[in-house]
Amino acid sequence: MSLTGLFLISFLIVHLLGNLQLLDLSVEGQEKFNAYAKFMTTFPLIKIVSYLLYFSILFHAVDGIYLAMQNRKARPERYRSWKPNRNSIWASRNMGLLGTIILVFIVLHMSQFWYVMHWGEIGTDSQGNKNLAAVVIKTYQDGSAGMIMVLLYVLSMAAIAFHLWHGFASAFQTFGLNHKRYTPAIKKLGYAFSVIVPLLYAIIPVFILMAKN
Amino acid sequence: MDLKLKIWRQANQNSKGELKDYAIKNVSADSSFLEMMDQLNEELIDKGDDPVVFDHDCREGICGMCSLHINGEPHGPENATTTCQLHMRKFKDGDTIFIEPWRARAFPVIKDLSVDRGAFDRIIEAGGYVNVNTSGNTLDANAIPVPKADADEAFNAATCIGCGACVAACPNASAMLFVSAKVSQLALLPQGKVEAKDRVLHMVNQMDLEGFGNCSNVGACAEECPKEISLENIARMNREYLGASLTSTK
Repeated sequence: MSLTGLFLISFLIVHLLGNLQLLDLSVEGQEKFNAYAKFMTTFPLIKIVSYLLYFSILFHAVDGIYLAMQNRKARPERYRSWKPNRNSIWASRNMGLLGTIILVFIVLHMSQFWYVMHWGEIGTDSQGNKNLAAVVIKTYQDGSAGMIMVLLYVLSMAAIAFHLWHGFASAFQTFGLNHKRYTPAIKKLGYAFSVIVPLLYAIIPVFILMAKN
Repeated sequence: MDLKLKIWRQANQNSKGELKDYAIKNVSADSSFLEMMDQLNEELIDKGDDPVVFDHDCREGICGMCSLHINGEPHGPENATTTCQLHMRKFKDGDTIFIEPWRARAFPVIKDLSVDRGAFDRIIEAGGYVNVNTSGNTLDANAIPVPKADADEAFNAATCIGCGACVAACPNASAMLFVSAKVSQLALLPQGKVEAKDRVLHMVNQMDLEGFGNCSNVGACAEECPKEISLENIARMNREYLGASLTSTK
């Protein structure tokens, strides 16, 4: 869980840096983004990393489900009185629920953009590149459907934020990296990361929707 | 003080248990939780009823025998305190108190509130010891120098009394805090280094065989531990396990 989790955390950074380009909605900005999208789908090294990424997402999900099933079996009879908030945070006990929400989001997100980029009907821009920017803008500006998509996106980012709130530092603990001096710093970094990164992601579709008017 | 109790009654491991209501009057605020249970049992025996079975021994907070999941928490609401050291002044007159056994597949109920913690014994048997030469030329333990910081850390881990509150508190019923304390107390000392690799592999293997859940670093165990065993021990065990499984030649 932790190895794939840390890899997915690193993916979040790279993916965010690329997609923040969508905050420039001028024609040049969109063409820059389309050129970037072409590079990300054709450059061989990125291709290899992308397969590693698909594998990591699937492994992280399947392993998580397997472990959750084992954990459920480990306590067949539930407590009638149970006050977990006195000893742990909500996110740490609901990683499976949060992960399921995130997985549903990933399927939706990839069907909207990744699938369309590879095999869907998609126009080209003046440079001859597939016009992914137009697909993204249409998705989030398309009337009430676009509004729902923005809302789902923002809610999914909230799920990622809670998932990371526990997951970031937890990944280090699993590897045995626990130190009196460094662990508090890792935790603080994790909390900052889990708030800032999903927030920056959520700004993108909200910005695109607002730019419509 | 007068209290309402909701106590788990279960005839044996295979029967279905349920919460039963009891009312108890005139409990002294100065009595311990177990003395309150004794008072209830005396009243039940006087009436000809079956007394509530619960585990207890030293009643000084050092033997690890007492348990009880009280009002949704192992060993009750007081931090760093075993049930035997919990006093009734922590409750209010008229309170309703839920009393349940530790719940885990690896801790089957023997009767009522008493559970079989033999799984912990089998984990210790799997590797939680050091082999020492006792054939006549025994070395004085104090002759081996140990850095003070290491000795302190090992001692902190060794304060684990094996009560099982960590398993009871964990949403996954994982035994990682207990096992990691027992791995750490030896891994930190020169005497424990010789068998370190086999120890961690065997103890973790036995832990999994017993049917405990997996650690997802929730941290409830360390919060509820009456001896305040820290999560650093789990990280140390993870390190030991990772290293041993990569380098063990067996």
